[in-house]
Amino acid sequence: MKERIGVYICHCGGNISDYVDVEEIGKMLKTDDGVVISKDVMFACADSNQKDMISDIKEYKLDAIVVASCSPKLHLHTFKNVADRAGLNPTNYVQVNIREQCSWPHSDKPREASVKAAGLIRAGIKRVAYSESLDNIEINVKKAVLVVGAGVSGMKAAIDLARLGNEVYLIEKDYFVGGHITQTENLFTTGQNGKEIVSRLYAELKSYNNITLFTGATVEKVSGSLGNFAVDVRVKPRFINGKADLQAVQNAMNDCTVLVDDDFNFGFTKRKAIYKNYPGALPDVPVVNADALRNEKDFLDKHASCLDLNQQDEILSLTAGSVLVTTGFDSYQPKDGEYGYKTFSNVVTLPELNRLIELNPEKLIYNNKPVKKIAFIYCVGNRQTKGENKYCSRQCCSSAINSSLQLADKYKGMAAFHLFRDIRTYGKQELMYEKSSKQGDIYIRFDEKEPPVVEQNGKSINIKVKDYLTSKKELEIEADLVVLVTGMVARDDSKQISEKFKIPIGTDKFFNEIHPKLKPVETVIKGVYIGGSCQGPKNISESIQSSLSAASKINALLKGGTVSLDPVIARVNNDACTWCGKCAEVCEYTAIKEIESGDKHIATVNKAICTGCGICAPVCPVNAIEIAQFTDNEIESMIDGFMEKIDLKVREKESESTEEVSGVKMKEYPQLWKNILGTMNGSKLTIPEIAEKIGVDKEIVTYHVMTMHKYNVVVTEGMDKKELYYYYKLKN
Amino acid sequence: MEKEIFKPKILVFSTDKISDPGIDQAGLRKIHYSPSVYTISLPCSSGIKPKWIMHAFEKGFDGVFIAADGHECSYSPKCAEYTNKIILEAQLMMKEKNISPKRIRMAAICSVCAEPFSNHMDNFGKILSELGKIGEDKQIAE
Repeated sequence: MKERIGVYICHCGGNISDYVDVEEIGKMLKTDDGVVISKDVMFACADSNQKDMISDIKEYKLDAIVVASCSPKLHLHTFKNVADRAGLNPTNYVQVNIREQCSWPHSDKPREASVKAAGLIRAGIKRVAYSESLDNIEINVKKAVLVVGAGVSGMKAAIDLARLGNEVYLIEKDYFVGGHITQTENLFTTGQNGKEIVSRLYAELKSYNNITLFTGATVEKVSGSLGNFAVDVRVKPRFINGKADLQAVQNAMNDCTVLVDDDFNFGFTKRKAIYKNYPGALPDVPVVNADALRNEKDFLDKHASCLDLNQQDEILSLTAGSVLVTTGFDSYQPKDGEYGYKTFSNVVTLPELNRLIELNPEKLIYNNKPVKKIAFIYCVGNRQTKGENKYCSRQCCSSAINSSLQLADKYKGMAAFHLFRDIRTYGKQELMYEKSSKQGDIYIRFDEKEPPVVEQNGKSINIKVKDYLTSKKELEIEADLVVLVTGMVARDDSKQISEKFKIPIGTDKFFNEIHPKLKPVETVIKGVYIGGSCQGPKNISESIQSSLSAASKINALLKGGTVSLDPVIARVNNDACTWCGKCAEVCEYTAIKEIESGDKHIATVNKAICTGCGICAPVCPVNAIEIAQFTDNEIESMIDGFMEKIDLKVREKESESTEEVSGVKMKEYPQLWKNILGTMNGSKLTIPEIAEKIGVDKEIVTYHVMTMHKYNVVVTEGMDKKELYYYYKLKN
Repeated sequence: MEKEIFKPKILVFSTDKISDPGIDQAGLRKIHYSPSVYTISLPCSSGIKPKWIMHAFEKGFDGVFIAADGHECSYSPKCAEYTNKIILEAQLMMKEKNISPKRIRMAAICSVCAEPFSNHMDNFGKILSELGKIGEDKQIAE
């Protein structure tokens, strides 16, 4: 129990003291158990008060402090630092929110607000009395990173992590790096070929000897935690003899006559059973389709020196301090019959069209017929108000329009119809929309409730669409090819990845970050980060931005070799625990394990993994587990504090009270006020002038000058020439 | 009229990352609710122990409100399920002590749910006013 407690109650320059009688409460609490000093202060966060608190802590040998001011979201760290600077453990400090949760919402009832504030602060005092001194948990971390997925996001992140001196293990499920972008010849908005970008990144990747790339590799098993993840990786063989001469492999490839469907070209073409995705695919070693060649005895004997169909999967064990998941997306695969897909031969998806464009250098031919009229149908498998994928994939409009521009550029005499719901070519991509409109592409808007109907009409395809912008007049379009503009969906194996690393999945099935704005690449699993389109639809620039942001976060984490973790975690009362396993069952992070202790089995918590969520605490039948800082004593004493009788002589006060604070002493002003008053120094100034002189944002200066004006610290004197701003000067 | 004077005391359990900021929002925007509402913020609503709820009733709180994260919880997708279990367990304990199960309520409060929070407090306050002070619950038939 803490017995030398200091209590500081903040006026917040009137934000609190206008409604809550902080002075009376301060006096009342002086006699509470354990309270050594209790005072009201004008601004608890002001530098002068922070200094006073530090000297109080030292002078009165305080062992705990309570600050009653604003929300802990604002100044928790300010006062933790004060405690730290005074040599007091920051966990022996409690913040009580009497502004956002008392003076402001109850500004209509000042008397009752005072009573509530007293209860809240008393609860804080009782809670801090039970507080323990807890040290942060220090963990040694290995300066190695596992990057899962070698698309553009993963490759860029791997390069930066390696450049910063980390060991990098980059694993890719496919046999070749690059991912989806290798399938597109012309990327918006730069017009670059995806393959060139990948070749350039690969060359950079290879220039670092602290990057190890594994292709044909998947995550098999994950254990350990922040600092020391132990990851088993399964590497599938290429069935090429590692010692074989590359020329011999090339000869075997040339010699091979067995053909299989070419997945890279969505089955539009056939490829040899010894293949590369495309001629320049990297790493520059072909792969053998073992199943297709297994019966070709003669061929195998002939090339026995370089082909080895007996190669087996290999399991490698890697240790990494942190993990970056950049597994990317899948393109939405339309259901059979959706807009005639797979039912009519002339219906393809946008990624398929992009392959066709690359495969047809002169004329666009599909199913042996030239394509002249092409119709795009947008938002396929996306923005479904009733379906599974409610979100917008944000890059497909731009991608479709880019393909349309490319069609006009590459082939002559093409006509393009765009059947859209809304065009979302945000940012610079809007220029492509303008260009497409100018080149004569026809845009027809339809309503989700009345989607276009695709029908076969002899040799070509007929599309009926109700034009939303001409009072739903029905139009019929004859097209040689229908292109379904499909969006992004989460990868079909993302569930397995999520289970292995315990990354939460959202309702859209993509991986979830902690907070989209404030923690955009962090997951709730310490040390596991996400980047690129595995967290939601993104274009290439956005994917790289997010993966690089994750790379810098990871580097910052591993840089020092040790990581300091918040001590707010679960702990087990070894005497009471009889191991029933219920806590381990509910733990999302597998932080709880069974161990032997003396003659019995008990639960133990892995400090590096535990997030301190507390799920395990209520399920324990013998109440043997609790969260630090949220113990039974602490919570129950708070409840006691709320309910104890408040003996407060609240003065009947007017809700607007300006006089009582007019005599505030200078030393209690916050630093910014002092700066503002310093610049004025007898002269009169407008708010923009003050802002410029002290180099602080105008909005902030406005707020503070207004507050100072309210409390008669400054007064107005006339306006500037343009009559835009008031002049302020110091009140005499 | 006694009922007009009676202002039910409500204990709210909120969560650090989501519902507590939502309650802060109500203050920030000066949306009023009863000053007999007291809040304790925890990491996650699934960590509330039924014995804390019982302690609150014993000490004189008239109702307990759980401002949960619902599907937004960043700790566990099963957060709502676990929190529900805690409430059911607490209600069993309440039944033994003759406390109406209506005195405990849960709703998902998001980080900007200022109005919904204040509405919940008003509605819950009305329900508790009808029930009367804690300890005045009649023998529960069911």
